[in-house]
Amino acid sequence: MLDFLNKIFGRDNSPSRTVAKERLRLVLVHDRVGVSPQLLQSLKTDLIQVINNYMEIDEEALEVSLDSSENQVALVANIPVRKMKRKFQTETA
Amino acid sequence: MGEVIVVTSGKGGVGKTTTTANLGAGLASLNNRVCLIDADIGLRNLDVVMGLENRIVYDLVDVTSGNCPYKKALIKDKRFENLYLLPAAQTKDKTAVNPDQMRVLCDEMRDEYDYIIVDCPAGIEQGFRNAIAGANQAIVVTTPEVSAVRDADRIIGLLEKEDLREPKLIINRMRYHMVKHGDMMSIDDIIEILAVDLLGVVPEDELVVISTNRGEMVVINNNSKSGQAYRNIVRRIKGENVPMMDLEDSGFMKKLRRMIGLK
Repeated sequence: MLDFLNKIFGRDNSPSRTVAKERLRLVLVHDRVGVSPQLLQSLKTDLIQVINNYMEIDEEALEVSLDSSENQVALVANIPVRKMKRKFQTETA
Repeated sequence: MGEVIVVTSGKGGVGKTTTTANLGAGLASLNNRVCLIDADIGLRNLDVVMGLENRIVYDLVDVTSGNCPYKKALIKDKRFENLYLLPAAQTKDKTAVNPDQMRVLCDEMRDEYDYIIVDCPAGIEQGFRNAIAGANQAIVVTTPEVSAVRDADRIIGLLEKEDLREPKLIINRMRYHMVKHGDMMSIDDIIEILAVDLLGVVPEDELVVISTNRGEMVVINNNSKSGQAYRNIVRRIKGENVPMMDLEDSGFMKKLRRMIGLK
């Protein structure tokens, strides 16, 4: 949690050794899977389209990437929400 | 039958040529018959690192294109009983040789030498394909930097695709005091990421620069840590089980610590 907060507020105090290792780990997940940046970009566009039906999101800050742990590759999306769309709620209500 | 070992890295400037020269000299000084092949056509350097640049007459392309038998192109390193260099061509490019020619050449040489070490060019294009074609073992050199480790990962993948399985890793230019301060990836960090066997670690050492300036190999310098690291690697290549060097403490501090009973 503290790591997460540090990241958000740009106060990353972890030693550069750890930063290097973590960056490398993530870049190798992408390299090894062989996913093209175009594929991720296209996925991003589609995600934005779908999510826009439900909530207002910060499209610029949206991040989509792969991660892995214990031989499992995961798709990780960080999608900052600006606000929920009331219209959808009233429609269903 | 000799071993054909390719020394590769993907990224340039991590120490492939220096590693090739030192492993060659180290193996030769243990009475092995060794031939080094510079496969970096157009960017020949193994000759100058070994101090043999003034003795080149024929080169690798002369041999593969059938202009001369390989023995005629070899330069004997007079400082060692059984060390030879087949230099790269400087005025041609990588397409002057093809993988089949390299395979034939390496197979021919295996009858005459215990170790044939191929110095691979940087990159993953034809020069790389040529260099690995005749090899039955691979050594991947990296440094503790994100760029070099990333390229090493890519190279390991390509080597495995070409059936050069279980490549061995050499980590070059390790700076232990930086690791200790959290400013450089450690040996364990790199091994964990790349998931390969470690063949050895060579510490950053000014003596490497100084030796190379003179066209000498640091492996024969008994007073250098990098030389010791190369000698250990040579013994591991020969199948000996040599423990990793303890480089974290300088000799003096270690002795002092032992003296006062801290370790």
